[in-house]
Amino acid sequence: MEPFREHIGLCVPLDRVNIDTDQIIPKQFLKRIERTGFGEFLFNDWRYYDDGSINPDFILNRDLYKGGTILITGANFGCGSSREHAPWALLDYGFRVIIAPSFADIFKNNCCKNGILPVILSTESVEELMLASTSEDGYRLKIDLEAQLVIRPDNVSYSFEIDNFQKNCMLKGIDEIGWTLQFESQIADYEAKSGI
Amino acid sequence: MSSKTMFKKIWDNHVVRELQGEATILYIDTHLIHEVTSPQAFEGLRLANRGVRRPSQTFATMDHNVPTTDRSLPITDLISKKQMETLTENCEEFGIRLYDLHHSDQGIVHVLGPELGLTQPGMTIVCGDSHTSTHGAFGALAFGIGTSEIEHVLATQCLLQYQPETFEIRIDGQLQFGVTAKDIILSVIGKIGIDGGTGTVVEYTGSAIKSLDVEERMTICNMSIEAGARAGMIAPDDKTYEYVAGREFSPKGEEFDKAVATWKKLPTDSGATYDHSITLSAEDLVPQVTWGTNPEMVVNVTETVPDPDKMPTQHQKKAAENALVYMGLRPNTPITQIAIDKVFIGSCTNSRITDLRVAAEVAKDRKVSSGVNAIVVPGSQAVKRQAEAEGLDKVFRAAGFEWREAGCSMCLAMNDDVLQPGERCASTSNRNFEGRQGKDGRTHLVSPQMAAAAAIEGKFVDVRAWGN
Ligand code: SF4
Repeated sequence: MEPFREHIGLCVPLDRVNIDTDQIIPKQFLKRIERTGFGEFLFNDWRYYDDGSINPDFILNRDLYKGGTILITGANFGCGSSREHAPWALLDYGFRVIIAPSFADIFKNNCCKNGILPVILSTESVEELMLASTSEDGYRLKIDLEAQLVIRPDNVSYSFEIDNFQKNCMLKGIDEIGWTLQFESQIADYEAKSGI
Repeated sequence: MSSKTMFKKIWDNHVVRELQGEATILYIDTHLIHEVTSPQAFEGLRLANRGVRRPSQTFATMDHNVPTTDRSLPITDLISKKQMETLTENCEEFGIRLYDLHHSDQGIVHVLGPELGLTQPGMTIVCGDSHTSTHGAFGALAFGIGTSEIEHVLATQCLLQYQPETFEIRIDGQLQFGVTAKDIILSVIGKIGIDGGTGTVVEYTGSAIKSLDVEERMTICNMSIEAGARAGMIAPDDKTYEYVAGREFSPKGEEFDKAVATWKKLPTDSGATYDHSITLSAEDLVPQVTWGTNPEMVVNVTETVPDPDKMPTQHQKKAAENALVYMGLRPNTPITQIAIDKVFIGSCTNSRITDLRVAAEVAKDRKVSSGVNAIVVPGSQAVKRQAEAEGLDKVFRAAGFEWREAGCSMCLAMNDDVLQPGERCASTSNRNFEGRQGKDGRTHLVSPQMAAAAAIEGKFVDVRAWGN
């Protein structure tokens, strides 16, 4: 996993609550056996019409938001299926940060493991940022993970919470499996003690 | 010793390492995998030159993509075929037991685990699938994980976890005829919302839960994830032990008695407290029908499609408006006036033998409405065999239902069982998300009885009236 320290990028407002992983990446694209290449299918059913042509009204298809890397969205983002294809698709498309009032548990976990930072802000703060990125052209934010801050162009900032361990893993791009394997002897002790 | 919840007991029993400021290393007893979410995990192992620590604790099945029609025919979807072949190769390479398409015990992963006795009280069980919460019905801690975590479990037999909060959902009283476990859980989700359980492990308690059989309990725990909960669980009791006894991987003889003695210590101690709790009364519950595009958009069958203008918040109003457009419904339409095109009885929520029995009871000596296409997809080959031994297949066929092979089928429509755009389906599955059963397909979640009755009438009916 790529370390995540700081990120500056263009915001894309997606004003909907409860976006589920079936919408983020519809099931017909789950048949690939690789982790890459899912970006073009991100939000497929909203991005494209039935005949495959582009739906110009969908936010990702507007010229203004091309190259966006920060997604600002509604509560309970990523609910539903546990498919990690959802963060893979977001990452492959270019997103590195998602800002929302809340996330579904499994999805949030899957994001951290792929170097996408889920940032939880209050509903009011998310609405402010949503409005700013809707009304201002090229609205960009800076996210400083070390300081746990979202910094606006006018230097107003919002602080966010993140578990310390998870933060460290992301800052350093730690391989979690490698981390657990350091404690191999403790795992073996547990197995012996439990008669496994 | 201080009083503990069942969750906390199981958690504490599985801690390998727990230090302030670190994620807990939690030991995993049983790991289940399927063809869709596992290929990249095995690829990751290979790239990092790692092996599988405990191949005997991982079990694989093919369920999501598999055809439910004649299995002797070649699989026409080449990408699905490739995914199934990849699972076969991975299981061979790493020595993992596989229940493939042609295995006599093949089935949906959450039907298979309990059936084989892989699911036991007190265990930690994970699977790269959000409905892993099903297994909590046995008093296990069972939850869905992502593909990176599958890789983690394969390599270490452990997971990094953060302790969730606990949530008691108590349901007391007695259910009326025609009101089922499915209606309990849909009512709960309607009440607490699809994120009402986020960050928590739910324990279902109360006399109504106690009176359910083990398969009904699975239906409840299965849909815990639809309220956003990490896991759902129900304390084991004699019904649980009886269900587990004598299965392929269950402890045998003296070992079984010893196991039961430890399982009896699992239920939450009196005096233990939960972080959150709510209580519902079973008598108040009525058959449920979802009207929208997520499981919290649900009403009693006796009610009407809600009016977005009457929603309490702007967000809910907008969400309801979007949902009604997608579902092709008008506000204030009585639920019993909604006509359907398809019926799907199946999925890890409602495809076990008891589900099929109650649906068959409704279908018996009746006929599926002309113009409705109804399919019954057993959860596993074993369920299918049992149902055929009881003659349920004949009841369904005589009524005009199609009788299929085991798999996930139209629950997520990755195989050929798909809704066409605009088609409306009464479904016993667990998700009514946009496109879940096919692009622009319209899903209404209901119990098996309600689905069977809808097939017969061609529209939703209150199955309570069919009591006698
Ligand atoms: S039946 Fe549906 S919900 Fe259950 S495992 Fe299969 S696809 Fe998932």
